[in-house]
Amino acid sequence: MTVTDEVLTPVTEPELEPGAEPGAAPVGDAVVAALADDLDAGFAALYEAYRGAVFSSALRLCGRRAEAEDLAAEAFLRAYRALCGYGPGRIAELRPRAWLMTILMNVWRNNLRTAARRPASGPLEEAPDPADPGQDVEGAAARHETGRELAGLLGELPEAQRAAVVLRHVADLPVAEIATVLDVPVGTVKSHISRGLARLRTLHATRGGTS
Amino acid sequence: MTRFDPPTRDPNPGTGEGGFGHDPLTAGLAALATDAPAALLDRIAARRVQVPGPLDGLHVAFTDHGVAFVRAGVDEREFAAEFRARFARPLLPAGRTPAGLLPALRSGRLGGLRLDLRGLSEFEAAVLRATATIPRGQTRPYAWVARQAGRPKAVRAAGSALGRNPVPLLIPCHRVTRSDGSPGQYVFGASAKEWLLRAEDVDLDAVAGFAREGVFFLGSDTTGIVCYPTCGDARRITPAHRRGFRTVAAAEAAGYRPCLRCRPGLAVPA
Repeated sequence: MTVTDEVLTPVTEPELEPGAEPGAAPVGDAVVAALADDLDAGFAALYEAYRGAVFSSALRLCGRRAEAEDLAAEAFLRAYRALCGYGPGRIAELRPRAWLMTILMNVWRNNLRTAARRPASGPLEEAPDPADPGQDVEGAAARHETGRELAGLLGELPEAQRAAVVLRHVADLPVAEIATVLDVPVGTVKSHISRGLARLRTLHATRGGTS
Repeated sequence: MTRFDPPTRDPNPGTGEGGFGHDPLTAGLAALATDAPAALLDRIAARRVQVPGPLDGLHVAFTDHGVAFVRAGVDEREFAAEFRARFARPLLPAGRTPAGLLPALRSGRLGGLRLDLRGLSEFEAAVLRATATIPRGQTRPYAWVARQAGRPKAVRAAGSALGRNPVPLLIPCHRVTRSDGSPGQYVFGASAKEWLLRAEDVDLDAVAGFAREGVFFLGSDTTGIVCYPTCGDARRITPAHRRGFRTVAAAEAAGYRPCLRCRPGLAVPA
């Protein structure tokens, strides 16, 4: 089966975990096939498939663009270095997105530990996201405002809740995959998400009047 | 303030799994997803390109910091394998050749070309910086490089550092020779080194001739300056005014001072 065939195959796989969005498995399979064929070309496929999820998660976890770039670059580099040491069997079994996001979470937590011993550098969200030129100005401004506020509020969540909320609602990972990434039971993931969302609503309600 | 209130008919309350797209909060979070900046990949992966140059089968890898790796006489697969073993960084095909690379390879002068020498020890980097100052068409002994790098006794270590030069040709380690001026070893083989030096008009035969007579330094009795034999200034000395020396000390005893350009036997400036 060629890579193209795999991508075009409709999603009918029964072993998809509950909550897994359609399309995730074929993309993962194509990435694994590319990695098995050639590590460097495979890495390009891995990056292409997951750069958005990795960078978005990094950005919303740490809140700073420059730091998010460092985190994402470090995660991808570590992923490549790990792949260099994997045999064909290990690569065939890889669930690339969960594996990659696990590496990102480890890098993030390591950085948090180091950062705790250093003063924070730079303000949160120092560089706002570029506006989408296709949007109407007023709507874009409103969305941008909401985005800035939400991005700031995420930083006030406890780490476990922030991680679960970002992976579920920003990176759009299914709950079961988040459980793998964070190495906690599915029930714990659900309660982190639920409490995180509730806290965001409360924070928004209490701040909303003044902003 | 009800903008982020959860929808009332969320079939899976709390997690947002069922109410996705209806809940303004989860919709707002979904809108926080963004693509990675275009420059991110270049912070992670190096690029490779095959180029024409003084040696065949020339492959070059470069990063966002500059040229990182040059190898000759290999195919694409061997180059990728060598690069991976040494740098453990992804290597992707380049869309373009870095500006200044071809002129640098052609002329043997770096110009403004940037090099990525991360991953080298301080001494290795110092050895390469010293080597980079040797002009085209001239040679210096290993001992000179060790001294310029700040460790005059580390001649052997300087040799190893040159053997590990990640960017031969661009940092001209082929211009570092044995103290008798014979070419010595080279990362691409001794014959390639000799070929490169002759292509730069280094007169290896004349240097070998002087060495046979025990002459490793040339002085001019009109200027009173003593040089390495391949120094541009030494090559201008006419035979009538040329005096040969075995050591710089012997030249100094005869009233000569070391050349400030090729710096034979000079202490490293502070």
